[in-house]
Amino acid sequence: MGMPCDTEAIRSDFPILHQEIYGKPLVYLDNAATTQKPHCVIDAVRHYYEKDNANIHRGVHTLSERATADYEAARETIRLFFNARSKKEVIFTRGTTESINLVASSWGDTNVGKGDEILITHMEHHSNIVPWQMLCERVEATLKVVPMNEAGEMDMHAFETLLSERTKLVGVVHMSNALGTINPIRTIIKQAHAVGARVLVDGAQAAAHVAVDVQALDVDFYATSAHKMYGPTGVGVLIAKETVLDAMPPYQGGGDMILTVTFEKTQYNDLPHKFEAGTPNIAGVIGFAKAIEYINAIGLDAIAEREKVLLDYATQKAVAFDGLRQIGTAKDKACVLSFVMDGVHPHDLGTILDREGVAIRAGHHCAMPVMQFYKVPATARASFSIYNTEAEVDALFIALIKARDLFA
Amino acid sequence: MFDLGDLYQQVIIDHTKSPRNFGKLEPCSHDAEGYNPLCGDQLHVYLQIDDDMIKEVKFEGQGCSISTASASLMTEKLKGKSVREFEHLFEAFHEMATADMSEKPDEETLGKLAVLAGVKEFPSRIKCATLCWHTLKSAIEHSDKAAKTE
Repeated sequence: MGMPCDTEAIRSDFPILHQEIYGKPLVYLDNAATTQKPHCVIDAVRHYYEKDNANIHRGVHTLSERATADYEAARETIRLFFNARSKKEVIFTRGTTESINLVASSWGDTNVGKGDEILITHMEHHSNIVPWQMLCERVEATLKVVPMNEAGEMDMHAFETLLSERTKLVGVVHMSNALGTINPIRTIIKQAHAVGARVLVDGAQAAAHVAVDVQALDVDFYATSAHKMYGPTGVGVLIAKETVLDAMPPYQGGGDMILTVTFEKTQYNDLPHKFEAGTPNIAGVIGFAKAIEYINAIGLDAIAEREKVLLDYATQKAVAFDGLRQIGTAKDKACVLSFVMDGVHPHDLGTILDREGVAIRAGHHCAMPVMQFYKVPATARASFSIYNTEAEVDALFIALIKARDLFA
Repeated sequence: MFDLGDLYQQVIIDHTKSPRNFGKLEPCSHDAEGYNPLCGDQLHVYLQIDDDMIKEVKFEGQGCSISTASASLMTEKLKGKSVREFEHLFEAFHEMATADMSEKPDEETLGKLAVLAGVKEFPSRIKCATLCWHTLKSAIEHSDKAAKTE
């Protein structure tokens, strides 16, 4: 903790990084889509399947007890990481998208009605737009959108104006995957609570970069995914206030979410199990906890510091690069360099860079309204992580010169 | 190894930078909108078909180099062709873009269009090359939709 990152040591933790693509060293700069996995996570998943695999919460045999213990220990690791009040507030899901859908269905259907409003921002990812649109259609509520400025920052003045006693929920991305913007969620939550609205924060992009204390933030719902935090795909979490969760009906029915079932009536299980119907992604949850331990071992402060150095280095190069326009220049941003280049379409950039071993993302980043705002069909996006190096940023810009020359 | 230059041949770069038959055709007998939601490529094709002959064909929209060049080359190729010839070319092009690497494109039929054969080595880019052909096909097949512009 507090120590600077030893990038070489960190790189050696990630087996996938040590390979060549078309004869060039892999430069993985698509971390906002998904991060790579360290040995310890891969080993934890493998160990589970090789030694402990069994269904949880029901078997009396040794393997089931081990699997259950590891699964519930993982919940405690994750509780601690987000500082939730108790394990009852930690619901495992398939990922951020399912976490948001759970809230939109279970909480939304019972708490939002005709004439009510849901407030989201212009920089939301599709997964924090569509579930609310669907809810609004079901219950005849209205979806309102907080505008952003040219830098990609939320318009806080407009936010205040749009907030009213009709607002039932504010859905806001903690860190934008398309722009890198970090939103002032503490202020947003405070202002939303002042009009009696709940707040859901989409933390998919943020949780591996910014410390999140759900109690200090007083956030009602915080959703995130393991796979953007060095953990496995297909697993995520919804952290929510126990009092709110208690009052919500189950999202899905099935095994594990019940206490007793008769054909006349079913008694639901207690939190958090009420929201975890069916056999969960046990290996994924165990891998998720290992990923959190990995982050803890390096320290979020050290991670943020290192990533800022990398982003600053890349931003300097981007500013100096002829014909490159950055998309998203918020004062408070992290890890994401989104851009368009004169004369070369982002998809061509993606292909050309790939042949140089450089993996970036080209497209709308599942945030089409953001693309519409900047009047671009797509952007190229390089996103950084703790294992990236300045030399890799150099490789990116050398490849960009190649692309520019090809179309010159 | 398959080289980047095999995909981005000079002809393709040229058609990207100065696409032929770019713009709206008014009036036209057929038109359709093509969209690839995965990458955001968007194009609109316009046709004037008289007596089963493609008298005029134009396109507009935005997309990557491959989709722009493919549409440009397509319009160049199709002007003056019959609808039947279009169908034949559609099959030949589709075959070229998706066939096994070892198979040589039907250059006799395709002519200049064969420069796009490289896309099959870039699986994520095949749709960029075929989008315009599918859009044109739907314009011809759904003439009722185009009727409003007549």
